[in-house]
Amino acid sequence: MSQPTTDVIPGTLDMLILKTLSLEPMHGYGIARRVEQISRGVFKVNPGSLLTALQRLERAGWLDAEWRTSENARRARYYSLTRAGRKQLEVEAADWKRRAAAVARLLNAEG
Amino acid sequence: MSLWRQLTHGLRVLVRRADADHDLGDEVQHYLEQSVAAHRARGLSPDDALRAARLEIGNITVVRERVRDAGWEHVVGTLAADVRYAARRLRRSPGFTTVCVLTLALGIGASTAIFSAVYPVLFQPLPYPGGNRIVSLADVGDAGQPIDVTYGTFNELAHRSRSFADLAAVDRWAPALTTRDEPERLTGARVTPRYFQVFGVKPAVGRAFDATDDAQGAPRVAIVSDAFARRHLGTARTAIGRSITLDGEPYTVIGVMPPTFDDLLTPAADVWAPRRYLANASFESAEWGHHMRMVGRLARGVSIAQARREIAAIGATPTADFPRPVWASMTRGLDVQSLRDAVTRGVRPAMLAILIAVALVLAIACVNVTNLLLASGTRRRAEMAMRAALGAGRGRIIRQLLTETLLLAAVGGALGLAVSTFGVRALIALAPAELPRANAIGLNAPALVFAIALTTLVGVIVGLVPALQGATRELRIGSQSDTRTTRRSSHALRRSLVVTEVALALVLLVGAGLMLRSLARLFATTPGFDATHVLTMQLDVAGQHYDSDAASRQFFEQVLERVRHLPGVTEAAFTSQLPLSGDVPDGYGVQWESVPRSRNEMPSALRYTVTPEWFRAMRIPLIRGRLLQESDRPGDGEAIVISQSLARHEFPDIDPIGQRLRIGPDIGDTTRPWGTVVGVVSDVKQTSLALGAEDAFYAALGQWRWVDNIQSLVVRTTGDPTLLAGAVERAIWSVNRNVPIVRIAPMHELLARSEAQRRFVLTVFETFALAALALAVIGIYGVLAAGVAERMRELGVRAALGASPERIRALVLRQGMGLTGIGIAAGVLAAALATRAIVTLLFGVSPLDPLTYLGVIALLLGVSAIACWVPAWRAARVDPAVTLRAE
Repeated sequence: MSQPTTDVIPGTLDMLILKTLSLEPMHGYGIARRVEQISRGVFKVNPGSLLTALQRLERAGWLDAEWRTSENARRARYYSLTRAGRKQLEVEAADWKRRAAAVARLLNAEG
Repeated sequence: MSLWRQLTHGLRVLVRRADADHDLGDEVQHYLEQSVAAHRARGLSPDDALRAARLEIGNITVVRERVRDAGWEHVVGTLAADVRYAARRLRRSPGFTTVCVLTLALGIGASTAIFSAVYPVLFQPLPYPGGNRIVSLADVGDAGQPIDVTYGTFNELAHRSRSFADLAAVDRWAPALTTRDEPERLTGARVTPRYFQVFGVKPAVGRAFDATDDAQGAPRVAIVSDAFARRHLGTARTAIGRSITLDGEPYTVIGVMPPTFDDLLTPAADVWAPRRYLANASFESAEWGHHMRMVGRLARGVSIAQARREIAAIGATPTADFPRPVWASMTRGLDVQSLRDAVTRGVRPAMLAILIAVALVLAIACVNVTNLLLASGTRRRAEMAMRAALGAGRGRIIRQLLTETLLLAAVGGALGLAVSTFGVRALIALAPAELPRANAIGLNAPALVFAIALTTLVGVIVGLVPALQGATRELRIGSQSDTRTTRRSSHALRRSLVVTEVALALVLLVGAGLMLRSLARLFATTPGFDATHVLTMQLDVAGQHYDSDAASRQFFEQVLERVRHLPGVTEAAFTSQLPLSGDVPDGYGVQWESVPRSRNEMPSALRYTVTPEWFRAMRIPLIRGRLLQESDRPGDGEAIVISQSLARHEFPDIDPIGQRLRIGPDIGDTTRPWGTVVGVVSDVKQTSLALGAEDAFYAALGQWRWVDNIQSLVVRTTGDPTLLAGAVERAIWSVNRNVPIVRIAPMHELLARSEAQRRFVLTVFETFALAALALAVIGIYGVLAAGVAERMRELGVRAALGASPERIRALVLRQGMGLTGIGIAAGVLAAALATRAIVTLLFGVSPLDPLTYLGVIALLLGVSAIACWVPAWRAARVDPAVTLRAE
């Protein structure tokens, strides 16, 4: 049974992108697929949002972008994490964990 | 780092738009291909895979636009597009654009010119370090008015007050500079040692005065202006140590002030020297005359209010160390003001009136342009509907319309700056001579900032109403006829704007009318003498080494003798002060033998020391008794002629002739012989035409205690007085080559100059009122003409149904005159309130003067009738067949 897919939780797309790219440099579609795969199909990335976010993160100095020739000899834009991006990922991940834990505690509270 | 990236990436998109678009397209395309490939890998057919991928991504164009719109450069890009579009639109309707731009240029230009004149005078801090800590201290006169202080008062305060870091007093000085060429009269000041410290300005070269320079008998030293040093002594550096001869005495130059230094108490001063007064002088000496101005720099942490309290406390507690005469007893305290307020006190009402006037002109200009924009908005309904249909949001349409008005305002503002350069030049040329800080007037940085801010503000204000109207109307798209109700509301708005314009124009016209009537009244009042055919000039014999009064008296008599013999001269006389010339009023106490009073209660009167022909030369009529005569010589009993107002005040019931009196600084001195009143002459206006008669007495030059160094020569001529100026000068110099002659002017010119401030305000008001009238008329015409154009069909129907051309004409006329009528009613109310601001500038005219109001109303009605008549005439000529066929 496949779970129903939803859009990414608002405000977390940046973190998901950074996390994905912390593994290896990737192009846009690759990032979208990786997010879907790792979330086991729970999150579905909207291409418009993704590309906008990539442009924003690049301009913020967290990502570097370069044009490379992909496997099938097409021009593709590859994104990689910068040092500042890695730091930002740590900050956002820590923040998210803190908040998720708090939400989990609230939901698990008895009575 | 990231800011840098934001900037560079954005700029790259802006500069190389095609490349950026291409890259983005590639990226989206790549995404799509990858998606298709993934679907195919899952076993879909090529077509199905493409469809699935498309479904996933959505509209590719939308994706691209979303990414493109996210960056800041997108805002700049659309702005540039908006501006380009607006420029194209404005170019396409040159008539509309020209009228708007010219109107705005007029409004912005006039405002900027006035601002650049008013700002340095009223608002800018004084051009001294810590300028707002400099205060002016004045004694308080009988009527509570500020008057000059005595040196004695300064001396006491300098010792007793703790509120001031530095305190100084300054005395007017106009020394004659002896050079190899013609003698030159300088503008200067004699000051106490700490004078320049009060201003916080040091000489650029050399040193300031110190206490030793102020000692009697110390070497004479002077500090000169940079301009003077360049003019006479080479450069500022070479001037130090040089000797100059002032009033016949050698002075050593010890300092040169920086070129930027402007002595507000002595504008355009060339030279300063120590005053050298005695701290313990007798009450009869010059030290105790009211003739100095006092300035102080507040000590750190002392507010002006604290200083005021301290001075009041000192005034209330005299000590034995500092005896005070009654006339400098400080019983009324002192008037402590910031120096800026003190120097601008005289011109403030005029400045504020002009400021109000220009605000009105600007308001009318804005209203007019708003109106034009509304009219053009009606014509652009189809365009707006198209934009809305293509998906432009309300905000987007408002932004586009605002861009247009801002562009209009920017062009208008740029042109306005050009207008204001002329305006500023005209203002400087027109400005009354007593305007303080006139040299700071110009199109400088604050004026430019003001112009730019004003332009932006005007662009937004002018555009906001039409933009909101345009946007609300067009989002309800429908057939043209559906918009009739909104059209009506737009018309109501435009009519109310026209009403506003008429009202504002009326306020300005009333202001101008009141000023005009005031000046007419002023110049209709007799100054007490006949100013036509009189040449005047001022002579200064200080420093001519006339050892005795007899010698200088002889000089003046010789001059008169020679001048009288010039062809074209009928009479010539000297006077110690000249009426309405700007001479500082010179008055003394009067003691009557028959009216015992304490010295404190003795009245004072203006002192004129004249040669006997004065009354005939000026045509001052004798009321009773006799005039002064050549036979009134030194040693005889002093003969005094008094003015009618002095006679009326002192002797309302009895004949003043034969009354005995003492006059001068030494009244109360019982050893002095009494003088006798020999005649009464009619009153003369001394300081201003607007003031009532001032008490005055006349003493003969031959009998007065001293001979004034500075005297005015009046010469009655048979022809044009200016033509004789050269001959009179030569006659004077034939007696003494070294006497400086200044202020050569016919008397009627001095008279006109004495009302320069009112005339200045009148000129500005007249100019602005005419501009306002023109704008209002254009407004009325525009609204009516547009109304008629839109109602062609209705008028055609009316004509077809039998309305006569007269009735149609009357219909339109009634509408236009109705607007004018409402505007006039509103304007009269506004004017009744607004004219309070110019009450102090009026003379003999009530701010509610019915004649002015009626005249202005008639003018407005007449002019707007002409403006209405053209559209009415056009409406009456509507051919029903033509209009109905057009349906």
